[in-house]
Amino acid sequence: MSKRHRRVLGWSATALLVGALAFTAAGCGSSKKSSSGNGSNLPTSIGKGEGALNLIEWPFYSDPSFAKTFERESGCKIHRKDAGSSNQMVALMRAGGGGGGGQWDLVSASGDASLRLIKGGDVKAVNVDLVPSWKQFIPIFKSPAHNTVDGVHYGVSVQWGPNVLLYNNQKVKPGPTNWNALYDPKYKGQITIPNNPIQIADAAFYLEHSKPSLGITDPYELNKAQFDATIALLKQQRHLVKLYWNYDTDGRAAFANGDVSLGAIWPVDTLALQAKKVPVTEVIPKEGATGWADTWMLAKRAPHPNCAYAWMKYVTQPQVEAKQALVFGETPVNPKACPYMDKIQAGSCAKYHLNEPLAYYNTIKFWKTPIADCGNGKSDCMDYNAWQNAWTQITG
Amino acid sequence: MIEAAEAGPPLRRARLRLSAAFWRRPWLKLTLLLALPAVAFLLVYLGSLVALFVSAFWHVDSFTGKVVHAWSWTNFSTLWHDHTYWRIAFRTLWMAAAVTLTDAVLAFPLAFFMARVAPRRMRALLFVLVLLPLWSSYLVRIYSWRLILAKDGALNWALNGLGLPDAGLAYTNTAMWIVFSYVWLPFMVLPVYAALERIPESYLEASQDLGARAWRTLRTVILPLALPGLVAGSIFTFSLTLGDFITPALVGGAGSSFIGNIVETKIGQPDIPFAAAFATVPVLVMAAYLVIAKRLGAFEAL
Repeated sequence: MSKRHRRVLGWSATALLVGALAFTAAGCGSSKKSSSGNGSNLPTSIGKGEGALNLIEWPFYSDPSFAKTFERESGCKIHRKDAGSSNQMVALMRAGGGGGGGQWDLVSASGDASLRLIKGGDVKAVNVDLVPSWKQFIPIFKSPAHNTVDGVHYGVSVQWGPNVLLYNNQKVKPGPTNWNALYDPKYKGQITIPNNPIQIADAAFYLEHSKPSLGITDPYELNKAQFDATIALLKQQRHLVKLYWNYDTDGRAAFANGDVSLGAIWPVDTLALQAKKVPVTEVIPKEGATGWADTWMLAKRAPHPNCAYAWMKYVTQPQVEAKQALVFGETPVNPKACPYMDKIQAGSCAKYHLNEPLAYYNTIKFWKTPIADCGNGKSDCMDYNAWQNAWTQITG
Repeated sequence: MIEAAEAGPPLRRARLRLSAAFWRRPWLKLTLLLALPAVAFLLVYLGSLVALFVSAFWHVDSFTGKVVHAWSWTNFSTLWHDHTYWRIAFRTLWMAAAVTLTDAVLAFPLAFFMARVAPRRMRALLFVLVLLPLWSSYLVRIYSWRLILAKDGALNWALNGLGLPDAGLAYTNTAMWIVFSYVWLPFMVLPVYAALERIPESYLEASQDLGARAWRTLRTVILPLALPGLVAGSIFTFSLTLGDFITPALVGGAGSSFIGNIVETKIGQPDIPFAAAFATVPVLVMAAYLVIAKRLGAFEAL
């Protein structure tokens, strides 16, 4: 066989193989069928535990300090996968054919992921009657728009926190009291902002108050004109931003190392920085803030549903809510946790705003995945895809 | 041998026959030995590439976020028409080129010293020093650079001590360039060293005997012979920079996204088809790069 012949043969063999693989890949992909979840077939009682529970969680959401007791009492051994971002959570739930891939039971999804999981059919309806503490929740967390669709619950709320304005009180004087500080050229090169498309809502929230003529009423439901105005504002802000933080610990480090002196971040970071004697002050402007609220959502193909229900029941109890709130630095959705928080750390219930009246909660605009349906009968809102693309254009 | 002897003559005879068969047909032995690794290679390596290319032509339904298995050019058309992606691709390529050039300039004198000047013991020490950073995690090294370059970090502290102003490098593209050049340097030093070490002493002597000065010897004798090593090293530095997303995420500031960062975001979105489409860009760039490198004889120095 000549050298040339051999080469031709080699290439054709490769081509044949590539073709075969492509065919298989395409075939495998198209054979999948999807069906959407509905409210029927809900369990009416929690059966015997399956001995294991697989969680996709924010770090510390099943911290051993309170999860150990659960494992001992229920016999459900927890296997946890810590996620670094909402996108990662969605990706993990979608892997292996979706619905948690038959591997995961629960995911502690934030509001910017939860509707995506519901619409994608990755989570299934939950019977909240099996979670007794649910009745104690602050009313707005019982059936919030980010985890309840058409009256069907796809999980139970667990904890929440606001997105706060943080500044270095030695470098920024006088301290800002309004979100406009983050759009003020005076602070060029000193600002840090989360690297998350949901951050567009923060700008929309600012415009809702500073530019009423745009008619924004919900920062997550923006029509084309409102969206464009918001993006224009963010493109100006881009020139002032030193760092778009990917993980809050990166934002925290930038404050600690003096690289930034104000920005949007979470209360847990304020506490960590103050513990390290970094001179920072946290503000929630009087107009309010955006906030995240997390939900334990049940994977459609959860292999251990009884353990999952047992966990939802356990983790929403006042004592456990109090422990988790103080481990992570966030606020329970169960107000009965207040005395338990104060017992662990005096004054912590007030510090995390758990004892605030409803008026306070109404100033917090909780994350929810933007969808085309504006909730007013029209479908002209920009969906999350548009938000993601715009965010790439702003920061990329 | 001992077991065969214990098992008795029939088994021993079978084994002998088998080894004779292998001896008579060498290709059989080779096929049997290589079959498993070859299948693994084809499935794991080519399979993943094929999956990448195939899924690049699918797209995601914007309402449910599910992948639609229908052939279309949607993703490539978005890539082509949105100048954001051009900007990001050029930033990535430009950084890869800058890092490669920087590492070549830094590595050549060092490798030359190691290969031809340093005494034996010093050479060993230098080898250890070049490889030492590879003993620690890549992440640790990036984080330590972040501390060095921070506003209240070691660099500005030293500069201020000398009465100079802050360098202001934290979270900039310059910071990325420094960190990339640092982390990939060993991958350039080693192939260049290997190439330089292989140049026979007699070539340099001949060059001298013929009246060439040091500069001319370097330019016309050493550099051409070291070129395959430089190109081989550049394959590492170029491809490693091209595919990275951690350094931009950790030390880059606003406007520092690489192709890899967009791929990561899109996979998380999750819009895997678009991620796959964008990921074909570095594959094509590297393919072109490797063809050129082969022409320059890089693979002889590996």
